[in-house]
Amino acid sequence: MPVDQIVKTVVFVIFTVMTLGGGLGVVVSPRIFHSALFLVLSFAGVVGYYVLLDAGFLAAVQLLIYIGAIAILILFAIMLSRGLMAERQSQSNQQWWIAALVALLIFVVLAAVLWRVDWPVASQQALASPSNAISQEGSQLGRDLLGPYVIPFEVASVLLLVALIGAVILARETES
Amino acid sequence: MEFFFNLVPLIPLLPLLAFAVIVLFTHRKNRLSSNIAIGGIALSTLISWGVVLATILGGEHVQVEGWQLPVPWLPTGTTVFSVGFAVDGFTAAMLFMVPFVCAMIFIYSQGYMNLGQPNQDPRYARFFAYISLFAAGMLGLVVADNLLLLFISWELMGLCSYLLIGFWSFRNRDTEQHIDEAQVKRARAAALKAFITTRIGDVLLFAGIALLYSYTGSLNFREIFRPETLEHLQEISLLGQPAVTVIALLAFGGAVGKSAQFPLHVWLPDAMEGPTPVSALIHAATMVAAGVYLVARTLPLFIAGFEVAHAPALQWVAVIGAITAFFGATIGLAQDDIKRVLAYSTISQLGYMMMGLGLGSLVAGIFHLLTHAFFKALLFLGSGSVIHGMEHGHHKVAHHSDHHAQDDFNANDMKVMGGLRHKMPRTFWPYMAGTLALVGIVPFAGFWSKDEILAEAFHLFQESGSLSLPFWVWLAGTLGAFITALYMGRQIALVFWGEPRHEAASHAHESPNSMTVPLMILAVFALIGGFANAPFLGSFLHHFMGEVHEASEVVHSAAVPFSLAVAGISTLAALLGLLSGWAIYRNYRAGQVEPFQRWLGPVFILLRNKYYVDELYHLVFIQPAVWLADQVFNFDNRWVVDPLVNLVGTIGRVASEITRVFDTVAVDSWMVEGTAKAFNGLGDALRHTQTGRVQNYLLVVSVTVLLLLGLYMAFL
Amino acid sequence: MIPLHWWLIVAAALFCIGLYGVLSRKNAIGVLMGIELMLNAVNVNLVAFWRYITPQVLTGQIFAIFVITVAAAEAAVGLAIIIAAYRRRDTVIVDELDIMRW
Repeated sequence: MPVDQIVKTVVFVIFTVMTLGGGLGVVVSPRIFHSALFLVLSFAGVVGYYVLLDAGFLAAVQLLIYIGAIAILILFAIMLSRGLMAERQSQSNQQWWIAALVALLIFVVLAAVLWRVDWPVASQQALASPSNAISQEGSQLGRDLLGPYVIPFEVASVLLLVALIGAVILARETES
Repeated sequence: MEFFFNLVPLIPLLPLLAFAVIVLFTHRKNRLSSNIAIGGIALSTLISWGVVLATILGGEHVQVEGWQLPVPWLPTGTTVFSVGFAVDGFTAAMLFMVPFVCAMIFIYSQGYMNLGQPNQDPRYARFFAYISLFAAGMLGLVVADNLLLLFISWELMGLCSYLLIGFWSFRNRDTEQHIDEAQVKRARAAALKAFITTRIGDVLLFAGIALLYSYTGSLNFREIFRPETLEHLQEISLLGQPAVTVIALLAFGGAVGKSAQFPLHVWLPDAMEGPTPVSALIHAATMVAAGVYLVARTLPLFIAGFEVAHAPALQWVAVIGAITAFFGATIGLAQDDIKRVLAYSTISQLGYMMMGLGLGSLVAGIFHLLTHAFFKALLFLGSGSVIHGMEHGHHKVAHHSDHHAQDDFNANDMKVMGGLRHKMPRTFWPYMAGTLALVGIVPFAGFWSKDEILAEAFHLFQESGSLSLPFWVWLAGTLGAFITALYMGRQIALVFWGEPRHEAASHAHESPNSMTVPLMILAVFALIGGFANAPFLGSFLHHFMGEVHEASEVVHSAAVPFSLAVAGISTLAALLGLLSGWAIYRNYRAGQVEPFQRWLGPVFILLRNKYYVDELYHLVFIQPAVWLADQVFNFDNRWVVDPLVNLVGTIGRVASEITRVFDTVAVDSWMVEGTAKAFNGLGDALRHTQTGRVQNYLLVVSVTVLLLLGLYMAFL
Repeated sequence: MIPLHWWLIVAAALFCIGLYGVLSRKNAIGVLMGIELMLNAVNVNLVAFWRYITPQVLTGQIFAIFVITVAAAEAAVGLAIIIAAYRRRDTVIVDELDIMRW
């Protein structure tokens, strides 16, 4: 096995530990604030995944939007609703063990299916030599978004605007 | 002349623009709004006629090959939906009729909705916005070169029909004094009925379109009708049939809903709860014509892979058409409402068109569609004029004899009319022209088109030489022609002859010019329209549009020779029917038992109640739906099942579900309750949480997903 | 290179962890975090499929970008709803937000 393969594998394992470990931390940690911090860890693991997958632009986006915006937003929300969820009780509801069972079973089934399917992976050669789409991924992405995907792109912008206004209206202090 | 083709997109866009302008800017200015609507449709008409002329001058090249304007739309990744416009001989023939009849109806509406009168409709401007949108839908449908744009226009019309049929269900209780609550309720029910009934067909059509797209990757008519595409479609097997047949039948399902064919005809007679111009619009130029147009446009799909005489999809069209033609006509015999008679007549005539198409003859079906549009618009507008006159008379009477108009006077009831030919001569004469055209008396338009369908059927019957489908189609058509004549004779005798049977009728008043002038113009077309394809003038339409489907190599058209025998029999039947209907009812007096009722007895009651189809649907579809909803409600209410019980109970529930479905009819409330109680007890015992919580529901969803995945695994 | 199967299974694991979080957390914000994890899992899938199956066409990445967009909108609206609910009902516990119960 060539060295870079070993390195890649090791890096993959590290990111996996970050991602899944962070994820587990999110769902089991007894304090919601810790959950949010674990979430950041998990997101960071996914950033690493994107880098490993040669999706540099997405890695940056993940870093900026998920860690920079969403995680921070969640932290703010936690602080705004603090005091209620003091450490007085468990963070999980009564159905947690059924939920765990179901989630585990779904994972087993999914994994079995995924393992069995013979994915139509592109040829080794095509994978090894970075295509145009990979080497110039950023500019190609821009061209695609303003070219064939321009309508979904515009729709997404409208969606964001609507979400922005909706969030403001929903969270606004109502005068009584 | 070629220049006109570049204006084709404007044909549907102008009325659409009129709609937008009225709704957004001018809805407070009534006269301006209606003028914008009329201006829009008038310009469309001008352009359309220019296009028709250009198509005629363009010769065979344009008429068969067609002119096309593809517009790429919605680029989504690697697929690009192309919507575009196309004009060939067939489209041009429709373009001659649709915008013109619409324009006539628009002008008439200005008078009907009492522009400038004290009783002007409060939502006058909105009415014109809606009918403009309606016209835009129909025109878009006609000039579309693909099923996507066709379907969009189709649905646009569905929406407009809902809005317009229910036009009088939206009433402003603050500003209007006299609100007829019963009418509001009826209008609302009729609008819903039309919408839901046509929706059944629309879903089928949509499924057909989706199937077609998934097999061919295109919705463009020119591409899907290529011989190799059709061949590909007929090789794929779907549900034991060639896919093309399944698709054709699904498309026909859409047409059955839209064109009010049996058994989805129930919405059309109720649709007259809307203002009369709307009825005219729906019955003549738009809506119901759309279904026939769809079948005609996709005719190659109906035939592909079979001989014309044996194509199963096509035979369905013919059978449904023949049933509808006969069945609609018989109901028309026993109705009292002047518009209702016309509505059943429309259903019956649409049956004729489907018959023509079902025999594989594009031209016969469409020819009848065109002539019918003219004379049925005429008849509906005429009946509107009569009703308008009656209301006027009633108003006058009620005004004079101080007692407030609280009697149950119905201006649509033919029984209270009579003798109107002297009061309303300018309505009467065009109405007679429409009647003669509908009945099919030489040389009125209906004679030529109806004869063409019957001749086609008779010709096929002679060719096959046995009492097969074409013979029965011919028989149903000829009997239908007789009955049509009979009920029209009854109608004109009741409305225009005899003595006035109500004070309102004796005070009835001629309608304003804006109403009667369109009638006269349409009357001219009802008289001469048939010459467009009259055999002795060379069957112009056959050459003009007969060959639009030639490229598909499955539809072949050849004009059937004129048969004196067929024409003679149907003319004789028509004359006999008209005269006897007229003679029987000419001296009908108020309060008498109807002659037909005396002679037909229970059959007449059956006809008057429209074969109880509505009641049947109520019993078979609506009540079970309500019942099921009740049961589901109970089920939901009692089975307060927490997720654990759900897990444990899933098996039991599946079992009980099966038994429940098994004896749906004889379901025993004791059983249901007993089972429910058993599970309820179990639920109490095992209860940890209660429903009403998102996460419980989501857990159920997850379990379901898990089960489905497990099933998938098991069969992978 | 790392086999595609690994990516898919890791993504499935992340998805199921997220699902567990959504199903079991009491705190509405915790539920929201679970949803974010699930969306991330989907994105990992999309990008992995892009890299391994169609490296010439960027459709997978484009989809991931749209998913991120929707996730951002969802987080904003979801948190706004939680804040509003907190203000009105003084709780962020999902089980107590049950006015829709029978």
